[in-house]
Amino acid sequence: MNIATEKENGTLTIMLSGKLDSTSAPELEKALTEQADGVTSLVFDLGELSYTSSAGLRVFLKARKMMRSRDDVRLIHTAPSVLEVLEMTGFTEIMTVEAAE
Amino acid sequence: MQKLTVEAKADRLDEVIAFVDSFLEAQNCPMKAQMQIDLCVEEIFVNIANYAYPDTTGTAEIRIAAENGVAVLTFIDAGLPYDPLQRDAPDITLSAEEREIGGLGIFLVRKNTDTVFYCYEDGKNVLTITKAI
Repeated sequence: MNIATEKENGTLTIMLSGKLDSTSAPELEKALTEQADGVTSLVFDLGELSYTSSAGLRVFLKARKMMRSRDDVRLIHTAPSVLEVLEMTGFTEIMTVEAAE
Repeated sequence: MQKLTVEAKADRLDEVIAFVDSFLEAQNCPMKAQMQIDLCVEEIFVNIANYAYPDTTGTAEIRIAAENGVAVLTFIDAGLPYDPLQRDAPDITLSAEEREIGGLGIFLVRKNTDTVFYCYEDGKNVLTITKAI
Protein backbone atom coordinates (compact mmCIF):
# COMPACT_ATOMS: atom_id res chain seq x y z
CA MET A 1 0.00 0.00 0.00
CA ASN A 2 1.12 3.57 -0.67
CA ILE A 3 0.16 6.54 1.47
CA ALA A 4 0.34 10.20 0.47
CA THR A 5 -0.83 13.02 2.72
CA GLU A 6 -1.70 16.66 2.31
CA LYS A 7 -2.62 19.11 5.06
CA GLU A 8 -4.39 22.39 4.49
CA ASN A 9 -6.30 24.62 6.92
CA GLY A 10 -7.16 21.88 9.38
CA THR A 11 -8.07 19.36 6.71
CA LEU A 12 -5.84 16.33 6.40
CA THR A 13 -6.22 14.39 3.17
CA ILE A 14 -4.78 10.88 3.06
CA MET A 15 -4.56 9.17 -0.31
CA LEU A 16 -4.32 5.41 -0.22
CA SER A 17 -3.47 3.00 -2.98
CA GLY A 18 -3.19 -0.77 -3.05
CA LYS A 19 -4.43 -3.03 -0.27
CA LEU A 20 -5.24 -1.97 3.27
CA ASP A 21 -4.60 -5.14 5.26
CA SER A 22 -3.10 -6.14 8.58
CA THR A 23 0.38 -5.62 7.15
CA SER A 24 -0.24 -2.09 5.88
CA ALA A 25 -2.82 -0.79 8.39
CA PRO A 26 -0.17 0.09 11.03
CA GLU A 27 1.49 2.43 8.48
CA LEU A 28 -1.79 4.26 8.01
CA GLU A 29 -2.32 4.48 11.75
CA LYS A 30 1.16 5.94 12.13
CA ALA A 31 0.61 8.54 9.38
CA LEU A 32 -2.70 9.50 10.97
CA THR A 33 -1.32 9.84 14.49
CA GLU A 34 1.73 11.79 13.35
CA GLN A 35 -0.27 14.35 11.43
CA ALA A 36 -3.43 14.64 13.51
CA ASP A 37 -2.32 17.81 15.33
CA GLY A 38 -4.75 20.65 14.67
CA VAL A 39 -6.79 18.57 12.24
CA THR A 40 -10.57 19.13 12.38
CA SER A 41 -11.51 17.36 9.16
CA LEU A 42 -10.22 14.16 7.62
CA VAL A 43 -10.50 13.02 4.02
CA PHE A 44 -9.44 9.56 2.91
CA ASP A 45 -9.14 9.38 -0.85
CA LEU A 46 -9.67 5.69 -1.63
CA GLY A 47 -9.65 6.04 -5.41
CA GLU A 48 -6.77 3.61 -5.80
CA LEU A 49 -7.63 1.31 -2.91
CA SER A 50 -8.92 -2.12 -3.91
CA TYR A 51 -9.23 -3.90 -0.56
CA THR A 52 -9.72 -3.40 3.14
CA SER A 53 -9.92 -5.91 5.97
CA SER A 54 -10.95 -5.36 9.60
CA ALA A 55 -7.43 -4.04 10.22
CA GLY A 56 -8.26 -1.09 7.96
CA LEU A 57 -11.69 -0.62 9.55
CA ARG A 58 -9.99 -0.34 12.92
CA VAL A 59 -7.96 2.62 11.68
CA PHE A 60 -11.00 4.30 10.11
CA LEU A 61 -12.88 3.93 13.39
CA LYS A 62 -9.93 5.33 15.31
CA ALA A 63 -9.86 8.26 12.89
CA ARG A 64 -13.59 8.79 13.38
CA LYS A 65 -13.19 8.80 17.16
CA MET A 66 -10.57 11.56 16.80
CA MET A 67 -13.10 13.79 15.00
CA ARG A 68 -16.31 15.32 16.27
CA SER A 69 -18.99 14.22 13.83
CA ARG A 70 -19.59 11.91 10.90
CA ASP A 71 -19.25 14.88 8.55
CA ASP A 72 -15.67 15.41 9.69
CA VAL A 73 -14.51 12.06 8.28
CA ARG A 74 -15.04 11.55 4.55
CA LEU A 75 -14.07 8.50 2.53
CA ILE A 76 -14.17 9.48 -1.12
CA HIS A 77 -13.86 7.70 -4.49
CA THR A 78 -14.59 4.40 -2.70
CA ALA A 79 -14.38 1.33 -4.97
CA PRO A 80 -17.29 -1.18 -4.88
CA SER A 81 -15.19 -3.89 -3.17
CA VAL A 82 -14.27 -1.53 -0.33
CA LEU A 83 -17.73 0.03 -0.15
CA GLU A 84 -19.27 -3.39 0.36
CA VAL A 85 -17.15 -4.01 3.47
CA LEU A 86 -18.00 -0.55 4.85
CA GLU A 87 -21.73 -1.13 4.31
CA MET A 88 -21.62 -4.63 5.77
CA THR A 89 -20.14 -3.34 9.02
CA GLY A 90 -22.32 -0.24 9.37
CA PHE A 91 -19.39 2.11 8.77
CA THR A 92 -21.41 4.01 6.17
CA GLU A 93 -23.61 5.14 9.08
CA ILE A 94 -20.85 6.56 11.26
CA MET A 95 -18.78 8.37 8.64
CA THR A 96 -19.40 10.01 5.28
CA VAL A 97 -18.72 7.55 2.50
CA GLU A 98 -18.85 8.52 -1.17
CA ALA A 99 -18.66 5.87 -3.88
CA ALA A 100 -16.37 6.11 -6.89
CA GLU A 101 -18.10 7.55 -9.96
CA MET B 1 -6.82 -30.63 -2.25
CA GLN B 2 -3.78 -28.47 -1.70
CA LYS B 3 -2.20 -27.52 1.57
CA LEU B 4 0.29 -25.05 2.94
CA THR B 5 1.95 -25.10 6.34
CA VAL B 6 3.50 -21.86 7.55
CA GLU B 7 4.71 -20.40 10.79
CA ALA B 8 1.73 -18.70 12.42
CA LYS B 9 3.10 -15.17 12.12
CA ALA B 10 1.24 -12.19 10.71
CA ASP B 11 4.14 -11.38 8.39
CA ARG B 12 3.50 -14.64 6.52
CA LEU B 13 0.09 -13.35 5.38
CA ASP B 14 1.23 -12.50 1.83
CA GLU B 15 2.46 -16.06 1.34
CA VAL B 16 -0.87 -17.48 2.54
CA ILE B 17 -2.89 -15.16 0.29
CA ALA B 18 -0.68 -16.01 -2.71
CA PHE B 19 -1.25 -19.72 -2.09
CA VAL B 20 -5.04 -19.26 -1.92
CA ASP B 21 -5.15 -16.94 -4.94
CA SER B 22 -3.17 -19.29 -7.15
CA PHE B 23 -5.57 -22.11 -6.31
CA LEU B 24 -8.66 -19.96 -6.93
CA GLU B 25 -7.29 -18.56 -10.18
CA ALA B 26 -6.75 -22.10 -11.46
CA GLN B 27 -10.43 -22.72 -10.68
CA ASN B 28 -11.46 -19.63 -12.64
CA CYS B 29 -12.99 -18.21 -9.51
CA PRO B 30 -14.78 -14.87 -10.13
CA MET B 31 -12.76 -11.87 -8.91
CA LYS B 32 -15.41 -10.78 -6.42
CA ALA B 33 -15.61 -14.17 -4.72
CA GLN B 34 -11.82 -14.35 -4.67
CA MET B 35 -11.55 -11.01 -2.88
CA GLN B 36 -14.18 -12.08 -0.36
CA ILE B 37 -12.30 -15.32 0.28
CA ASP B 38 -9.01 -13.41 0.61
CA LEU B 39 -10.67 -11.24 3.24
CA CYS B 40 -11.76 -14.31 5.23
CA VAL B 41 -8.31 -15.87 4.90
CA GLU B 42 -6.68 -12.72 6.24
CA GLU B 43 -9.05 -12.45 9.20
CA ILE B 44 -8.67 -16.11 10.17
CA PHE B 45 -4.92 -16.39 9.62
CA VAL B 46 -4.14 -13.15 11.46
CA ASN B 47 -6.32 -14.30 14.36
CA ILE B 48 -4.31 -17.51 14.61
CA ALA B 49 -1.04 -15.57 14.31
CA ASN B 50 -2.05 -13.15 17.07
CA TYR B 51 -3.70 -15.46 19.58
CA ALA B 52 -3.02 -19.16 19.07
CA TYR B 53 0.51 -19.29 20.41
CA PRO B 54 0.91 -16.60 23.09
CA ASP B 55 4.14 -17.83 24.68
CA THR B 56 5.59 -19.90 21.91
CA THR B 57 5.63 -20.23 18.15
CA GLY B 58 3.76 -22.77 16.10
CA THR B 59 2.39 -23.41 12.68
CA ALA B 60 -0.88 -22.98 10.85
CA GLU B 61 -1.98 -25.31 8.11
CA ILE B 62 -4.29 -24.09 5.36
CA ARG B 63 -6.07 -26.59 3.15
CA ILE B 64 -8.08 -25.64 0.11
CA ALA B 65 -10.23 -27.67 -2.23
CA ALA B 66 -13.05 -27.05 -4.67
CA GLU B 67 -15.86 -29.40 -5.46
CA ASN B 68 -19.07 -28.83 -7.39
CA GLY B 69 -18.43 -25.11 -7.52
CA VAL B 70 -17.83 -24.73 -3.80
CA ALA B 71 -14.49 -23.72 -2.31
CA VAL B 72 -13.67 -25.37 1.01
CA LEU B 73 -10.91 -23.90 3.17
CA THR B 74 -9.70 -25.39 6.42
CA PHE B 75 -7.42 -23.71 8.96
CA ILE B 76 -5.67 -25.91 11.49
CA ASP B 77 -3.47 -24.87 14.42
CA ALA B 78 -2.24 -26.61 17.54
CA GLY B 79 -2.46 -23.52 19.73
CA LEU B 80 -4.81 -22.60 22.58
CA PRO B 81 -8.29 -24.05 22.10
CA TYR B 82 -10.36 -21.16 20.80
CA ASP B 83 -13.72 -21.14 19.06
CA PRO B 84 -14.03 -17.75 17.34
CA LEU B 85 -17.69 -18.45 16.58
CA GLN B 86 -18.51 -18.21 20.27
CA ARG B 87 -17.61 -14.57 20.23
CA ASP B 88 -20.59 -12.20 20.31
CA ALA B 89 -21.26 -10.45 17.04
CA PRO B 90 -20.39 -6.76 17.26
CA ASP B 91 -23.32 -4.36 17.30
CA ILE B 92 -22.93 -2.60 13.97
CA THR B 93 -25.70 -0.12 14.74
CA LEU B 94 -23.82 1.62 17.55
CA SER B 95 -22.60 5.19 17.15
CA ALA B 96 -18.92 5.86 16.51
CA GLU B 97 -18.47 6.94 20.13
CA GLU B 98 -19.95 3.70 21.48
CA ARG B 99 -18.18 1.36 19.11
CA GLU B 100 -15.18 -0.60 20.21
CA ILE B 101 -12.12 -0.96 18.06
CA GLY B 102 -11.92 -4.61 17.08
CA GLY B 103 -14.18 -7.64 16.88
CA LEU B 104 -15.10 -7.17 13.24
CA GLY B 105 -12.88 -9.88 11.78
CA ILE B 106 -14.97 -12.95 12.48
CA PHE B 107 -18.11 -10.95 11.71
CA LEU B 108 -16.73 -10.33 8.20
CA VAL B 109 -15.89 -14.04 7.86
CA ARG B 110 -19.51 -14.96 8.61
CA LYS B 111 -20.81 -12.35 6.20
CA ASN B 112 -18.58 -13.41 3.32
CA THR B 113 -18.94 -17.19 3.47
CA ASP B 114 -21.80 -19.66 3.07
CA THR B 115 -20.88 -21.79 6.09
CA VAL B 116 -18.37 -21.59 8.93
CA PHE B 117 -17.68 -24.56 11.18
CA TYR B 118 -15.33 -24.93 14.14
CA CYS B 119 -14.22 -28.00 16.01
CA TYR B 120 -11.40 -28.95 18.35
CA GLU B 121 -9.96 -32.34 17.64
CA ASP B 122 -6.72 -34.18 18.43
CA GLY B 123 -5.44 -31.11 20.24
CA LYS B 124 -6.06 -28.83 17.27
CA ASN B 125 -8.34 -25.98 16.33
CA VAL B 126 -10.02 -26.75 13.01
CA LEU B 127 -12.00 -23.98 11.33
CA THR B 128 -13.66 -24.72 8.00
CA ILE B 129 -15.32 -22.22 5.70
CA THR B 130 -17.18 -22.85 2.47
CA LYS B 131 -18.23 -20.53 -0.29
CA ALA B 132 -19.75 -21.01 -3.72
CA ILE B 133 -17.35 -19.82 -6.43
